[in-house]
Amino acid sequence: MNEFFIFFQTIIPELLQGTRVTLKIAGGALFIGFAVGLPTALIRVYGSPWLQLIVTGYINIFRGTPLLVQLFVVYYGLPDLGLTFSRLTAAYLTLGLNSSAYQAEYFRGAIQSVGEKQMVAARAIGMSRFKAIRYIILPQAFRLVMPSWSNEMISIIKYTAVVFLIAVPDLMGKAKMVSSRYFAPISTYIIVALIYLVIVGLATLILRYVGKRFETPGLESMETATR
Amino acid sequence: MIKFKGVNKWFGKLHVLRDIDLHVSPGEVVVVCGPSGSGKSTLIRCINRLEKFQKGELFVDGTPLHDHSTNLTKLRAEIGFVFQQFHLYPHMTALQNVALAPINVRKMKRADAEALAHEKLARVGLADKADAHPTQLSGGQQQRVAIARGLAMSPKIMLFDEPTSALDPEMIGEVLDVMVKLASEGMTMCVVTHEMGFARQVAHRVIFMDEGSLVETGKPHDFFANPQTDRAAQFISKILTH
Ligand SMILES: Nc1ncnc2c1ncn2[C@@H]1O[C@H](COP(=O)(O)OP(=O)(O)O)[C@@H](O)[C@H]1O
Ligand SMILES: [Mg+2]
Repeated sequence: MNEFFIFFQTIIPELLQGTRVTLKIAGGALFIGFAVGLPTALIRVYGSPWLQLIVTGYINIFRGTPLLVQLFVVYYGLPDLGLTFSRLTAAYLTLGLNSSAYQAEYFRGAIQSVGEKQMVAARAIGMSRFKAIRYIILPQAFRLVMPSWSNEMISIIKYTAVVFLIAVPDLMGKAKMVSSRYFAPISTYIIVALIYLVIVGLATLILRYVGKRFETPGLESMETATR
Repeated sequence: MIKFKGVNKWFGKLHVLRDIDLHVSPGEVVVVCGPSGSGKSTLIRCINRLEKFQKGELFVDGTPLHDHSTNLTKLRAEIGFVFQQFHLYPHMTALQNVALAPINVRKMKRADAEALAHEKLARVGLADKADAHPTQLSGGQQQRVAIARGLAMSPKIMLFDEPTSALDPEMIGEVLDVMVKLASEGMTMCVVTHEMGFARQVAHRVIFMDEGSLVETGKPHDFFANPQTDRAAQFISKILTH
């Protein structure tokens, strides 16, 4: 019993260190995904045909290939082209761009379900295209995208686990070290699973709270799309 | 105020407006009617350039719309447009719907714009609905908010595209009342509608369209009592019997 307690005492701090890295990568990836994905979606809907084509290609490449392959290309492949990244940067970049492709699709869906007529109404009263997007289209799209975005957040939190394969000391990476050091894979990975579960649960609750605050009669969220 | 000279428009191969000549004076109320698909919506959507046309000239308050350098945002700010399906912004309250364009297009201070919006909502009889969201309002109330939204820009012209066609019969009256009041205050109005009562009461002129052409125009009483063309006569008997 005492042994068991000491085991916990030593591994928990290490796993929490890894958790911090996992949270950073997930947060960073979701942020990059948003910052790149939203403009990508706007181009996909409102851009010129050429830009739309380029952006569609970008989206399809990231959605059509395994995340792990993308990670290895960025970390092991790009240095051959003279682009070398640290482990952590490669992790942020790969997960961020990957998420941007999915977020772009979710935002595109939301923007399109707001509908062209809202744009016409805004244009008819003298608003510029930019202002119509800013004040009429996006505020509605953000409300509609909440369920899909919430799923994307959950996916990204879980998918960060792949980064241990390029030796980033995230929760999964730490778990691997700890479990081989103490020969206790079962208990370690059960704890790790519980930590992921708690993170996902908390993040979902926070997002649900934000969603509630902006809830608007008549703009109930649309059907959810998932990975 | 509005001057069409030989305006023609095609959607691909479909010739939807044929040699339209039409002159609307300031303060005039013109009702446009005609069978579905005859080009009524397209005609009034040309007036604020929601639709482009390929041939002819169109002046609105002296501004040439056939000239591609015309500043459309500025033009549109001067013209109110009321849609059949209202198209209110669902994420905003009635007040915010009305105040948005004054703030963002006219650069009004928020407080001034909201005061203005309250005033316009009161004018359409919805002073007590300022904080309601569109889905919490009846169709008739939504359409009146849409009218208030247009009026908040102090437009020189108001365009209405079948403003009562999407409404339950018991709500048509409240919207028409607002429009009648507006007409009596001297607003220049083009109204696509089949509401003959409204046309008789306030229209200075009725225009009948068919297959993209302006077939007949006349004073409401004459037009409904003595249509000059068979097509107009047929159309009138149809809307009378339903
Ligand atoms: N965006 C469009 N693209 C192609 N055809 C259109 C479009 N809008 C309207 N039309 C066609 O143009 C004709 C006139 O339409 P419209 O002006 O809406 O008629 P109305 O308002 O009198 O019913 C119809 O045949 C319609 O099908
Ligand atoms: Mg129409």
